[in-house]
Amino acid sequence: MTALTVAGLTLREASRRRVVWALLAMTVVLLALSAWGFSKLIGLDTELGTMTSGEARLVASLLLNLILFGMSLIAAIGTAFLAGPTLAGEVDSGQALALLARPVRRSAVLFGKWLGLIAFGGGYVVIAGLAQLLVVRVVVGYWPPAPATGLALLAAETIVLLTLALLLSSVVSTMASGIVAVGLFGATWVAGVVGGIGAALGNEGVAQVGTVSRIILPTDGLWRGAMNAFQDPTALAQMGPGQGGFPFLSASALTPAYLAWAPVWIAVVWGLTALSFSRRDV
Amino acid sequence: MTSDAAALDGLPPSPAVWCSGLRKRYGRQTAVDDVSFTVARGEVLGLLGPNGAGKTSVIKMLLGLVRPDAGEVLLLGRRSTDPRSRSAVGYLPELFRYQPWLTAAEVLALHVKLARVDVDASEQRDCLALVGLADRAGDRVGGFSKGMQQRLGLAVALVARPELVVLDEPTSALDPLGRVDVRDLVLALKARGVAVLLNSHLIGEVERVCDRVVILDKGKVAASGTLAELLGQREVRLRLAAVDGRAEDRLRASGSMTRSGDWFTVQLAADDDGVTVPDLVNDLVGLGVRVHAVEPVRISLEERLLAVLRHEEPAPQEAAR
Repeated sequence: MTALTVAGLTLREASRRRVVWALLAMTVVLLALSAWGFSKLIGLDTELGTMTSGEARLVASLLLNLILFGMSLIAAIGTAFLAGPTLAGEVDSGQALALLARPVRRSAVLFGKWLGLIAFGGGYVVIAGLAQLLVVRVVVGYWPPAPATGLALLAAETIVLLTLALLLSSVVSTMASGIVAVGLFGATWVAGVVGGIGAALGNEGVAQVGTVSRIILPTDGLWRGAMNAFQDPTALAQMGPGQGGFPFLSASALTPAYLAWAPVWIAVVWGLTALSFSRRDV
Repeated sequence: MTSDAAALDGLPPSPAVWCSGLRKRYGRQTAVDDVSFTVARGEVLGLLGPNGAGKTSVIKMLLGLVRPDAGEVLLLGRRSTDPRSRSAVGYLPELFRYQPWLTAAEVLALHVKLARVDVDASEQRDCLALVGLADRAGDRVGGFSKGMQQRLGLAVALVARPELVVLDEPTSALDPLGRVDVRDLVLALKARGVAVLLNSHLIGEVERVCDRVVILDKGKVAASGTLAELLGQREVRLRLAAVDGRAEDRLRASGSMTRSGDWFTVQLAADDDGVTVPDLVNDLVGLGVRVHAVEPVRISLEERLLAVLRHEEPAPQEAAR
């Protein structure tokens, strides 16, 4: 009951603050630019002549993943900076005082905030991602093999990041929590790329970097699963061996073990946040 | 309402606030040290003390916002660790901030929902009208002045039909008219049998509305008691001539005496039955003293507070209940 009230409040806050409208404007610009870019792609004359359909699909896959990466970055930054103020900001400003003096459990308030944020962040990623897939379909006729899985994994990536941002905002200040969350997100992505290069070069030590970082923070792992669901299955084969390190193609789908790890990670980080928030003096 | 419940149970209702042995340290700084007091149902208790005395920390510990290092709190008969203890508690924080993207009416609706009390929209509007915000109900809080936000905070504290209202510096942002409004509100709550815990720097306000006062200093209870107990100690000033040793002994027999020139000040006992002064004057005249003036001196709460904080005299200490 309390959680639903707070979730509704969080969604109302998002809709009444400029962040949503800024996000919407950025998304529309991104969609329009991508539609324009993809339309140029069709008639692209390379030095070797017009692209074959296979090449066009490869390039479409690559570009789609690139654009969706941009979109997940927008969602990540948007939710991280929305999640930050929600705990630390409300405690700092004194808004939390009157609210927490009501007959509510702090964990219920936190759960409500989290629900509101994942509804917002996850909803944004799914809707904007779907719009992007439709744009690509209309313009170049490419439709990914597993769009639902891909969008769900993108949403999961967003949830992981905002859960992290919530934890950080319960222990450090408002701005710092957003910056640290986005920084970790970027660092994990870079570590994933480094790991991919290591794997492509057959260097196990370097490949481990990506694997370990994906376990510590599952954003990059989920992102790679999403890419795998969006890309043309033949694209990787066309790129040929030795290109495994390319950051906008993913060699394989996620393993069930990894898919199970992500919710466990979320639950553990959420639990830590609840513990820290319930002990905090406001 | 509470008296009905009490009649049913055949038991007196538990106090609105009961706290015992509250302690809180922030790092090496002891903010609150062994604070115990009680607020009875329907009683208005004033919390006084200088800045940094620990008043706000005590209030936050009562409401479960700050975890005490030691001590226990019961609110309306329930342990404060149980969120339900705050079901019938209204709170205006010292740092009052409400969601700037909501309207005043929406803030009240949110708090009614969180308190799980069935208060309909017209009653919520009445509550806004009570604090003078009736015509701003549909405006966003972000555009409110500080004074209006504090008025909104009062409405939030009052909206969910509380049995205990905790007001932390409720007039800090209000103009003199607003202060009078708050005083009237507190008196109206008292008339309805709602207990009020009032933390205020405005001693005049406290003196007007409070039944009892707890004075905190450096995190400890420096003095506490009813206003009559705290202010009951009265003095009488006499201008005398031809005072000899016997006359001075007679003066000391009535209470501790100080002399400044031909002015003599005698502190009277709190339970003085009104015959001490006439008897004293009678005896002094009998001893040949010429009595020029006899003036009763009333001690204000402010003077009492300053005396307690400056350790100028032993404070009447009420045993912790």
